[in-house]
Amino acid sequence: MALDSKVPKGPIKDKWTDYKNKINLVNPANKRHIDVIVVGTGLAGGSAAATLAELGYNVKAFAYQDSPRRAHSIAAQGGINAAKNYQGDGDSTYRLFYDTVKGGDYRSREANVYRLAEVSANIIDQCVAQGVPFARDYGGLLDNRSFGGVLVSRTFYAKGQTGQQLLLGAYSAMNRQIARGKIEMFNRHEMLDVVVVDGKARGIIARNLITGEIERHSAHAVVIASGGYGNVYFLSTNAMGSNATAAWKIHKKGAYFANPCFTQIHPTCIPRSGDYQSKLTLMSESLRNDGRIWVPKNMEDVMAIREGRKKPTDLSEDERDYYLERRYPAFGNLVPRDVASRAAKERCDAGYGVNATGEAVYLDFASAIERYGKEQAKIHNIDNPTEAKIYELGKGIVEAKYGNLFQMYEKIVDEDPYKTPMMIYPATHYTMGGVWVDYNLMTTIPGCYCIGEANFSDHGANRLGASALMQGLADGYFVLPYTIGDYLADDIRTGKIPTDSKEFEEAEKAVTDRINFFINNNGTKSVDHFHKRLGKVMWDKVGMARNEQGLKEAMAEIKQIREEFWKDVKVPGNANEMNPELEKAGRVADFLELGELFAKDALMREESCGGHFREESVEESGEQKGEAKRNDKDFAFVAAWEYKGEPADAVLHKEELEFKDIELKQRSYK
Amino acid sequence: MNLTLKIWRQKDSNAKGQMVDYKVTDISEHMSFLEMMDVLNEQLVNTGEEPVAFDHDCREGICGMCSLYINGEAHGPDRGVTTCQLHMRMFKDGDTITIEPWRAAAFPVIKDLVVDRTSFERIQQAGGYISVNTSGNTQDANAIPISKHAADEAMDAATCIGCGACVATCKNSSAMLFVGAKVSQYALLPQGQVEATDRVMNMVKQMDLEGFGNCTNTGACEIECPKGISLENIARMNREFLKANLKG
Ligand SMILES: Cc1cc2nc3c(=O)[nH]c(=O)nc-3n(C[C@H](O)[C@H](O)[C@H](O)COP(=O)(O)OP(=O)(O)OC[C@H]3O[C@@H](n4cnc5c(N)ncnc54)[C@H](O)[C@@H]3O)c2cc1C
Ligand code: SF4
Ligand code: FES
Repeated sequence: MALDSKVPKGPIKDKWTDYKNKINLVNPANKRHIDVIVVGTGLAGGSAAATLAELGYNVKAFAYQDSPRRAHSIAAQGGINAAKNYQGDGDSTYRLFYDTVKGGDYRSREANVYRLAEVSANIIDQCVAQGVPFARDYGGLLDNRSFGGVLVSRTFYAKGQTGQQLLLGAYSAMNRQIARGKIEMFNRHEMLDVVVVDGKARGIIARNLITGEIERHSAHAVVIASGGYGNVYFLSTNAMGSNATAAWKIHKKGAYFANPCFTQIHPTCIPRSGDYQSKLTLMSESLRNDGRIWVPKNMEDVMAIREGRKKPTDLSEDERDYYLERRYPAFGNLVPRDVASRAAKERCDAGYGVNATGEAVYLDFASAIERYGKEQAKIHNIDNPTEAKIYELGKGIVEAKYGNLFQMYEKIVDEDPYKTPMMIYPATHYTMGGVWVDYNLMTTIPGCYCIGEANFSDHGANRLGASALMQGLADGYFVLPYTIGDYLADDIRTGKIPTDSKEFEEAEKAVTDRINFFINNNGTKSVDHFHKRLGKVMWDKVGMARNEQGLKEAMAEIKQIREEFWKDVKVPGNANEMNPELEKAGRVADFLELGELFAKDALMREESCGGHFREESVEESGEQKGEAKRNDKDFAFVAAWEYKGEPADAVLHKEELEFKDIELKQRSYK
Repeated sequence: MNLTLKIWRQKDSNAKGQMVDYKVTDISEHMSFLEMMDVLNEQLVNTGEEPVAFDHDCREGICGMCSLYINGEAHGPDRGVTTCQLHMRMFKDGDTITIEPWRAAAFPVIKDLVVDRTSFERIQQAGGYISVNTSGNTQDANAIPISKHAADEAMDAATCIGCGACVATCKNSSAMLFVGAKVSQYALLPQGQVEATDRVMNMVKQMDLEGFGNCTNTGACEIECPKGISLENIARMNREFLKANLKG
């Protein structure tokens, strides 16, 4: 099937408005006769469910947690972007569009990104109206901060808990619709397959995670909003339950999977401390606004620090290598994530890592505390403040901005980050790849939509900070509710979709068979055993730096692990009860397929772009020497994979990317 | 560290539960409490026993999913943390640790250490929202300035993660801290005013219907709350409730 992105014609500025003026609408009275299933209640699914219900559709929403409020979006710390130009620093729709396309290394779809920038300002208005307590300045107006990769302050935030507050906003909108009976909420339910009838998505098979019951749910359209698949690495900053199952299941039924190898490595995570570790913890990137990143200049100091003979605070300014400020003077510590991550890895690979595993760099707040302290002393008219007073005042400001993050760090590492610099290291964080969707956010299965982190469209090869929340809410509140109407307008006379058709029966049987297989397999190894092995191959060979040989090995090794998994996995307990091991088994089985496709996609992409450093593709001379080398001539396309059984047999379809409004250029942050 | 764990096992909501003893060895002090539970579960899977079911997801103290009553305290001995942020350095080699589910009539046990907290959901559905159309025709966000103080206070109330530790720790199983936090957030913001009367009446009514007890001002909830939600919020809810009742 040829890929049709359905991007409307006309100038980029008018595309979305024109489109909205022309699409089919569903009469409010008819919306009552239409059911929509939304899988996932994070920012994307939650906002979509609330808005579709508001419009009058009957919504059935699903989440594996016990409440929509616990979806992984809750964990987002830093903030949400919007082109409001409240700060008067030159922000505009165009600039947000430009930064996002450039930040994504020119591998996203221009028209989608422009639309995202266009509706961004609306999101903030919507959320404030819903009672989201964004940070305010003393004049009562909204406050902003800046994030990596941009030169304006456009990030709105609610302390270090922005995702939480935005999600609670969407959740409260959902609650209002649940109370009105327009949303039927299925907590602790996991979607295990999609049902396709006459070529259209018409329902799902879900498992009630409390009773183990397998249920059939029908609808006129299905929306997947199940989040990202970063847990394919086992260790990541994602919640433990985050998974690829919903996205993978629709892939197997005909939805193309795009750019699976585009995953974001976030530069500021707490380093790993041991093999027992279950996940990694992110320290918001907003810390880079005030924290300076460094490693020692001299190898003797590195050794002395690792062996505990020296403390980081013992090193003078000129014994430190502020490598981001040195290499990228224009952006300094605020370079985009991919650049910051790669630079940290480069220093650690060269042996300058500051912890026992050699995988950590410092994020230092001492100069921010001093700068703020002096500023506060002036504001409060304190003449000749003592050093202690300056520290106290400065610490107060830093605490007000990032207190919860500092507390989190201290709890985990058992060190006081106000006194000694934090240690950080890159970790997997966000997946830019995902289900391929057209401009309407519809997948290659008619009637099946995909929104939020689960789709691929807006961030290219690298996502700028504070843009995922923006995309989730843009999709859910403002884009999908229009585009889905265009499709559903044909369904006003269809009537309820029956669940006793053979398609439902077959899908249910496949799900049940698989569950029974797990329960009866009586292997010898736990699900986690296989997940950890997969994660290790992924990180070592399909991580921040990749090469042809490693990727080929990875594909073979993942296949091998998958074969062993199906022979030897052990799942205790029964199918007809709450059984967390059984839930994990299904998810890991899907990761084991996705992982291989991920490696195959990386192998095909013989260029470095975004956070994906292909060792064979590096700038060899000039100002950019040593930086990643993109290849626009051969790779300015979206790689959309069609399922053909084994992941190794997947068929590649290319959506060529057109850049009419932005010139393709080498990204430079020097 | 080597530890003895006494854990509540209960097959499902209808079964009778009991405490069962387990041993774990080689526990690092850097592990989180839930990572220690992972070690136990891996051990149980390997010996063919059913692992202990417990709720968790983000493991960074923000989703509110993890629970656990540890040595008689909600979220265990540390202050201001959830169970996923509790670290084993709080325990000593040779310790015996008692692990139970939240206990409250309004939180029935589903299995082992997992309880049903949907009563919290229903309270919020009764009015924990602002009735605004979600399709984007709202006024500019800066059109109504909000004082920094009010915004910060609303934010403090809004930080509640809905974990239920306040209920679990209260001798009356009262949900007043949770409900107070939600009512406060909207009471402090201009956007929430129009419906303030109905909101507090409906939420309090639902809270009572769900079978939560009353507040007798013991303050245990505030001490155990991982997010530092203050009793001030209960006072504010009571004032709002009184105001609403006077209005009728
Ligand atoms: C630690 C951290 C910090 C972050 N900070 C920021 C930030 O500051 N700014 C920013 O813009 N972005 C940030 N991000 C990224 C951002 O949080 C996510 O990309 C975004 O929240 C994803 O939202 P979503 O709605 O697509 O998915 P999620 O919020 O992950 O929601 C997924 C939903 O799908 C459900 N689900 C999944 N599978 C199934 C299934 N099979 N059946 C039923 N339900 C299912 C889940 O229950 C859940 O409800 C951060 C991410 C992390 C990990
Ligand atoms: S008030 Fe505190 S203890 Fe109670 S649910 Fe909220 S965060 Fe948990
Ligand atoms: S697992 Fe999310 S708060 Fe503990």
